[in-house]
Amino acid sequence: MSAPLSVKIWRGGASGELVAYEVPRRDSQTVLDVVTYVQRSIDPTLSYRFSCRVGMCGSCAMSVNGVARWTCRTHVSKVVIGDTLELAPLSNLPIIKDLTTDMSAFFDKWAAAKGQFKGDSNRRDDFSDIKPSSPERKKVDAAIECIGCGVCYASCDTVTWRPDYLGPAALNRAWTLANDVRDTAQNERLRAVAGDAGCHACHTHTTCSERCPKGIEPTAGISGLKRMAARAAIRGELD
Amino acid sequence: MRASTQAKLWYAQRISAMVLALCVLVHLVTILYAMRGGLSATEILARTRGNSAFALFYVVFVLSVVVHAPIGLARIAEEWLNWRGRSLHVTLAAVAILLGATGLRAVWGVYAG
Repeated sequence: MSAPLSVKIWRGGASGELVAYEVPRRDSQTVLDVVTYVQRSIDPTLSYRFSCRVGMCGSCAMSVNGVARWTCRTHVSKVVIGDTLELAPLSNLPIIKDLTTDMSAFFDKWAAAKGQFKGDSNRRDDFSDIKPSSPERKKVDAAIECIGCGVCYASCDTVTWRPDYLGPAALNRAWTLANDVRDTAQNERLRAVAGDAGCHACHTHTTCSERCPKGIEPTAGISGLKRMAARAAIRGELD
Repeated sequence: MRASTQAKLWYAQRISAMVLALCVLVHLVTILYAMRGGLSATEILARTRGNSAFALFYVVFVLSVVVHAPIGLARIAEEWLNWRGRSLHVTLAAVAILLGATGLRAVWGVYAG
């Protein structure tokens, strides 16, 4: 058996500190296994979030050695530096306690970016006919699988610099709706996402695209929103 | 700033960036080509004086800079200095006028001088 892991975990709120724990190594051990071990065997007061453990729910995202990741889908062997792991709550979000963050602002921004579908049909209307091969549907397909884990938001430097920036996840959601041909709130949404706290704040660092566990590229969607907003503005539809 | 204005400014900066990419390339290649043969300033001026194509090219270049630079500076001022609003816009309008005036003066200098 290899040497035990030396794990540092953020404890407390914003003014907390990293606390060291020793956790036995196991085969195929995930970072979430490590956190669970600490809570169940060392300190039951450790707070963290998880649910599905298989990369479906997106609730276990944390900062692992400085990089936001889903802990359930991250093997210790892939990220360990020597025998050490450093676990902290997601960046860019207020810490509630230990590894849990307050994600209210993150989700409020989805609403601010008009992330709700708005249609004009009802249950008596027939299904909309949208070909899977249509350009709009393909763009939606490339971005729709987001499960709202917050990894992109925590990784975004622009969010760090200006906390009112809507962020990659909310803009990615807006982009999927902007390409939904059934949606009737297009200009309203473009007005909400354009501007220096919206898509125009993006610096195209592409960290969101690099870190997204679902392989989504919010950067591409944000660029798409910029082009779409420009066209609408030229046509006078954003006034 | 209004969303539609922001979107239009972004578009103006994007288009001017495309023009500038081409202009800078032509500008640099011309310099390298001209200097390779060891042309003197007098010899260069002899070629640029009265050359309308040259003047037109650099007028486009200068106007693209006038559009492009203040928009970028505005973004830097907002993000790094937290400087926004009317005072910033007035300052950047002055920067745009300065860039345009000095740039066009330079073009005129090598065209007519």
